[in-house]
Amino acid sequence: MKTENQRAWFLVLPVLVLVAFNALIPMMTVVNYSVQETFGDNLFFWQGLDWYEQILTSERFHAALGRQFLFTGLILVIEVPLGIAIALSMPRQGFWVPVCLVLMALPMLIPWNVVGAMWNIFTLPDIGLLGYFLNHTLGINYDMTQDPLAAWITIVTMDVWHWTSLVVLLAYAGLVSIPDAYYQAAKIDGASNWAVFRFIQLPKMKTVLTIAILLRFMDSFNIYTEPFVLTGGGPGNSTTLLSIDLVKMALGQFDLGPAAAMSLIYFAITLGVSWLFYTLMTKDDLN
Amino acid sequence: MQKRSIVPIVYILFLMLPIYWLVAMSFKTTNEILAGFSLFPQTFTWDNYITIFTDPTWYWGYINSIIYVSINTVLSVTVALPAAYAFSRYRFLGDKHLFFWLLTNRMAPAAVFALPFFQLYSAVGFFDTHIAVALAHCLFNIPLAVWILEGFMSSVPKELDETAFVDGYSFPRFFTTIFIPSIKAGVGVAAFFCFMFSWVELLLAKTLTAVEAKPIAATMTRTASSAGYELGLLAAAGTLTIIPGAIVIYFVRNYIAKGFAMGRV
Repeated sequence: MKTENQRAWFLVLPVLVLVAFNALIPMMTVVNYSVQETFGDNLFFWQGLDWYEQILTSERFHAALGRQFLFTGLILVIEVPLGIAIALSMPRQGFWVPVCLVLMALPMLIPWNVVGAMWNIFTLPDIGLLGYFLNHTLGINYDMTQDPLAAWITIVTMDVWHWTSLVVLLAYAGLVSIPDAYYQAAKIDGASNWAVFRFIQLPKMKTVLTIAILLRFMDSFNIYTEPFVLTGGGPGNSTTLLSIDLVKMALGQFDLGPAAAMSLIYFAITLGVSWLFYTLMTKDDLN
Repeated sequence: MQKRSIVPIVYILFLMLPIYWLVAMSFKTTNEILAGFSLFPQTFTWDNYITIFTDPTWYWGYINSIIYVSINTVLSVTVALPAAYAFSRYRFLGDKHLFFWLLTNRMAPAAVFALPFFQLYSAVGFFDTHIAVALAHCLFNIPLAVWILEGFMSSVPKELDETAFVDGYSFPRFFTTIFIPSIKAGVGVAAFFCFMFSWVELLLAKTLTAVEAKPIAATMTRTASSAGYELGLLAAAGTLTIIPGAIVIYFVRNYIAKGFAMGRV
């Protein structure tokens, strides 16, 4: 049991001050922009909710949102099962465990624009390893600067390369925490591999998987740098995800009002979906 | 080794291929890269690395990155420790709401904050300083650090605290000499995550800096603009950005799996 103690606020205070400074002031700036029109020179005019209406009804936003959900959906559907499968087939102890973990964690520690640049030179049609292999060895016509499908396959593959290890590490941590006695009991009962997975491993991994899915959702939904460096949102607008579109609008066109309204809608969607995931996945614990 | 070890081996090969290509390219001359495909460097050269280590605008990029990442990691973990303790041990007015609010900041798209951060840090005179980037990254790292540490702390039995207080330990002394050492693994994992995020993030770091505190990842973008597209130099700079990460993972390799399992993360 936790004890009731209001002085605990003092322990939280430094965190509160730092995060509030970084979160509330910028957030208020965004809110201010979102309800005003500006023509530069610090002249602002009250605009009400017009920008919100404009964004919510604009086809450009709908298209970017659709692409974003498609991207995030693909990422979750591919990375979560793949990550679990890899974690299940990893050795549980011995010399190879740290080797596997270090090598697998490596992509996550590479700066995001280097990831984009790395995949860019990896997939260049004539001089990149993958691009050359596809075009000249397999004879597939692959050029992601021309073909939207190729661009999509490339950004999804890049993200799988970049982030599947996070799911692996978390799932693996859940797996190694299962006591041997559970497996022995299952063996005595003659449980199949599937039964062991379904009734022992999966329930034990549930907490870490909830975190993995939440983190993968948030990060893939907010992704900016890697696809921007790799494809720049192209060809055309085919890989312009929400963040890329937002930065284009805010810093490229300097449409601060609409961009601010879009930011807040964007944030609200991220929050809403995260909350939904969280409630759905922890529902059983509460009952 | 059984046949199931095929899966991790294939996966690791898949992870290593693009990295191999980056490293291989960093040892090629720009002419060789543009001339056509070659699996290994034909004319092996260190020139790209020499350029980086002799040009201050290049190597200062690394130093800048390391400075703000270190400040951020130390700051985030230091303020997160007492807060995580409060969340794991006490009930207080608004605790659950506060915890959730902290986590919502982890969900904010960095793109949303780019412009307001620029204005805020310019207004307080921190623009283009290491402190600005370190503070900005706190927005994402503090919630994560609190979350990770809270998990670890909750797995430490409360009797430890009670015994220490009965023995006459003051809170600060108990906290620094007994409690923190008992969750060393958690501090390691939290610091690892703070380092990781701060090292890899670029959008905010680039927005908040111009010259003095420009991170290496932003310096790299200039290979595309000046003197054409120097792929070899880009590859060498990219290769060098992998090294600090590799060193950090090597140090926490034994904590990572165990650490995750112990904490609630």
